[in-house]
Amino acid sequence: MTTPVQAGWRADATRVMAVCVKDLTAERRTKSNFNAIVAMAGMILLLFGFALGADTEGLRNAAAGVLWLTILFSGVLAFNRSYQIELESGALEQLLLYPGERWTIFIGKVLANLAFVLSMEAITLPLTGVLYHVSFPERWPEVLGVLLLGTVGFVTLGTLYAAMASRSRSREVLLPLLLFPMLVPLLLSATQATAALLGGDVMGDSRTWIRLLATFDVIFLVGATWAFPYVMEG
Amino acid sequence: MAESTRREPVPQPSARIARHTPLVTPAPARWLTALTWFAPLFAMAAQAYFVSQSAPDRDMGHLQKIMYVHVPAAWSAFLAFFWVFAQSIRYLVTRNERADLQAASAAEVGAVFTGLTLALGSIWGRPTWGIWWTWDARLTSTAVLFLMFVGYLALRGLTDDPDRRARWSAVVGILGALNVPIVYMSVKWWRTLHQPQSSPGTLDPFYTLGLRTNAVAFSFLLILFIAHRYRTHVAQRVREMAQDAAALQRRRTT
Repeated sequence: MTTPVQAGWRADATRVMAVCVKDLTAERRTKSNFNAIVAMAGMILLLFGFALGADTEGLRNAAAGVLWLTILFSGVLAFNRSYQIELESGALEQLLLYPGERWTIFIGKVLANLAFVLSMEAITLPLTGVLYHVSFPERWPEVLGVLLLGTVGFVTLGTLYAAMASRSRSREVLLPLLLFPMLVPLLLSATQATAALLGGDVMGDSRTWIRLLATFDVIFLVGATWAFPYVMEG
Repeated sequence: MAESTRREPVPQPSARIARHTPLVTPAPARWLTALTWFAPLFAMAAQAYFVSQSAPDRDMGHLQKIMYVHVPAAWSAFLAFFWVFAQSIRYLVTRNERADLQAASAAEVGAVFTGLTLALGSIWGRPTWGIWWTWDARLTSTAVLFLMFVGYLALRGLTDDPDRRARWSAVVGILGALNVPIVYMSVKWWRTLHQPQSSPGTLDPFYTLGLRTNAVAFSFLLILFIAHRYRTHVAQRVREMAQDAAALQRRRTT
């Protein structure tokens, strides 16, 4: 490269953090987006409760699935938003013109979205516990680990597909349509692991699912980081 | 359009694509005309012969004969998705627009065959299993595959810029294909109702022959459909580019 661009992992890390901090700052200054999405998550939890009926045992059994669907449905609203801010003022072009590798933008955005969805989960998780009569599980660190692993995969794919969906017509429909089929294996292993852990996991079922979940994360992270420059060029 | 003007190369919009030979509306090909006659006739003959001649199954009776459409349809859908994957990679490597249009055609035909597989499977499942649908590994992974095709086609339909459309759908096609074996494996842990493929060892040789003949017949149909859709896609792109070029010309002269 002829331009005097700083190279090396240190420079890459700086770029990643710059993008992440920029996105989070924009989010922190408005806040309205976060509040609306958290309210949305709470409402989905209530609606599932109404739909399933007030049977304590049934609610408890459904809790893991409901929790993950709530994360998926409300989290997907955040991803388009992360590019929407850039598109409105034409900032995306400028961001792409900056020197450095394109994938650093992607990782930066993934980290910002991850922070966003994790803070949303910090409210959703206890709320699910209260509404669905799930008592504080003994192996709560593992539950949090499963939540983190599942969220990483979800956010990675969501950030990639939103890069496309947010720049095409009717993005609201397109993003879930592209994203959700891809998330099926992730949703499956995340709900199975969560359900096993919430139920005490006497059979040790969760281990296989957690390993599977970690594998998906690696595959999706590699695939999405590889694909992002192709999505963004031009 | 007159026959003489049809094959004239049209100015290309992007420098990347211009590296390749320009897109032209394909001339009527003799092999395609032959295939247009051959494939449907072969498929009809193969269906008629094996449905009428094969003996009723010990357990399922005549119901079993739906296998001759259901399994070849599934086979064709997998082939189509493989073609989408291969052409998507080809597009990202060579940036040849033909690869993109091939992938688009295969995705359309693949979606139809996947939908057909699901519908025929349901029709088969109702009398044999007593249910239209069950949450079984094979069924759910096929349904997911179908939705992926639908998402792919929706993305194509909702993106206007052809260069962007080609790049994006190539990425979605490749990642989607990457997900297919994952979906398949991940649901293997589930209890499964769908029978595994019957091996030639357990099957009457006449059934095997019927299945294979019909699978080949369906593959010919698949090639036929993709080829026709591809020709239409190319013709549409050539027309679009001609319109763009004409609009540009008008702007220059005024």
